[in-house]
Amino acid sequence: MESTVAITATPTVETKLRAEHISMSFTRDGESMPVLEDINLEVGNGEFLCLLGPSGCGKSTLLSIIAGFLSPTSGEVKIDGEIVRGPDPRRIFVFQERGVFPWLTVEGNIGFGLFKLTRAERDRRIAHYIKMVGLEGFGKSYPSELSGGMKQRLEVARALAVNPDMLFLDEPFGALDSITRLIMRGELLRIWEAERKTIIFVTHDIDEAVQLADRVAVMSARPGRIQEIVNIDIPHPRDINSARYLELRTGIFNQIGLAHHL
Amino acid sequence: MTTLAESRNWEKFFWPIAVAAVLLVLWHYSVVWTATKIFPSPLDVERGLIGLFHKNVLWNDIADSLRRVALGFGAAAILGIPIGLVLGWYPAIDQVVNPTMQLLRPISPIAWIPVAIIFFGVGDKAAVFLIFLAAFFPIVVACVDGVSNVPSVFRRAGRNFGLTAAQLLARVVFPAALPQIIIGLRIALGISWLVVVAAEMIAVDSGLGYLVIDSRNSGKHYDLVVAAMLIIGVIGLLLDSGFRRLEKIKSVRWGFRDAS
Repeated sequence: MESTVAITATPTVETKLRAEHISMSFTRDGESMPVLEDINLEVGNGEFLCLLGPSGCGKSTLLSIIAGFLSPTSGEVKIDGEIVRGPDPRRIFVFQERGVFPWLTVEGNIGFGLFKLTRAERDRRIAHYIKMVGLEGFGKSYPSELSGGMKQRLEVARALAVNPDMLFLDEPFGALDSITRLIMRGELLRIWEAERKTIIFVTHDIDEAVQLADRVAVMSARPGRIQEIVNIDIPHPRDINSARYLELRTGIFNQIGLAHHL
Repeated sequence: MTTLAESRNWEKFFWPIAVAAVLLVLWHYSVVWTATKIFPSPLDVERGLIGLFHKNVLWNDIADSLRRVALGFGAAAILGIPIGLVLGWYPAIDQVVNPTMQLLRPISPIAWIPVAIIFFGVGDKAAVFLIFLAAFFPIVVACVDGVSNVPSVFRRAGRNFGLTAAQLLARVVFPAALPQIIIGLRIALGISWLVVVAAEMIAVDSGLGYLVIDSRNSGKHYDLVVAAMLIIGVIGLLLDSGFRRLEKIKSVRWGFRDAS
């Protein structure tokens, strides 16, 4: 296992994000419940990092802290050397498709964050991102007229339209059927390669993590800790039948403590 | 009608009309069999209706009732929507105001009639005030509920794009709560139409409510009483179905059950 799973956590590029000693506990019925314990994490500029862990391990909480929606009980998150104190349009959080606004058309959703731009510039960006996510012809449609996969692409387009330098995705494809999910992974990689945003992607799906990420941070069950960071050293497009892919996948399965025989 | 197949076009109209016709026949024969001298038969009412439509006073009564509802309901909406949005947005204020509101809310607007007459005297203002009271609370409550039911993902997404609190309220919270607000407005309009009739029986001397009570008092014209009741029903139905058209607007249709 030592040879198949790299433990190094040093990004080769400049550091974009640094989480230092993040701990988080919620109080429930008067009792303090630790959710995250001493999380340390570095993410490089332009990197695609997956946070992988079982349900309830606190990975979504960690992402909410990184995005500035929650403050940690202790520790701090620094992005570009600045401490995160709240949400910021330079870093957009993508929910499952539930985040699109049902009262706005596709165009209205994509243009939502562009209120500071001139009309012409806004229209130009809307057209650009409608095309990028393959929603041409649906500009005047409302989300209720779209499929789940289309809504998800719409939410990604809305996020990209404000030209953020980071994207936080919280199990974005969790509600999609398995075929749409595969297609969406391919789309996300294509967009990531075109725009080179730094992406932090939360998932509980091992295959998804190994298919997408540069590195996978494997988290333990509650209280969540980062157990290991796995380098996925396979170039894109990845052959999901290659020996190296299966080797990394098995390594993570073992790390999480799941035998791969059912 | 018992199959799952869509009912044919003529059936959509035939059966409702059949039900109404059966009721009319029942009504007619009840009057004939009981040989009542006071209660009018459908034919008496029809003659009463025709008589009313030939008199200008009916149109003035309808206009007066509608005007009072428009003023009272309009004022309730103009005041109630912002107040409800603020109370929904700041739960701390809501907690302070809510107990008083819950106490006032179950008091029937009818019970306010004497108070309204002390405040405004017998006349238009008293009636408008009563309608305002009747519409105000349902509107406020619908707005509070609407705002507090806005999913937190929408608020988070709005904050994420750098909206100020005022922008968040206008661009996320209000449109997200709008379907529920529209339902509240519709309920409030229905209550307003109920209350205007009651208010006009006591507080003013015009309008459809006054027509009902005046027809009774000036010689027991029960054919006119029932005719006025039918007119009230038809106008109420028209108001409601007019309001329902708002629910079909695309930017709010998502919030209704039959959204497609």
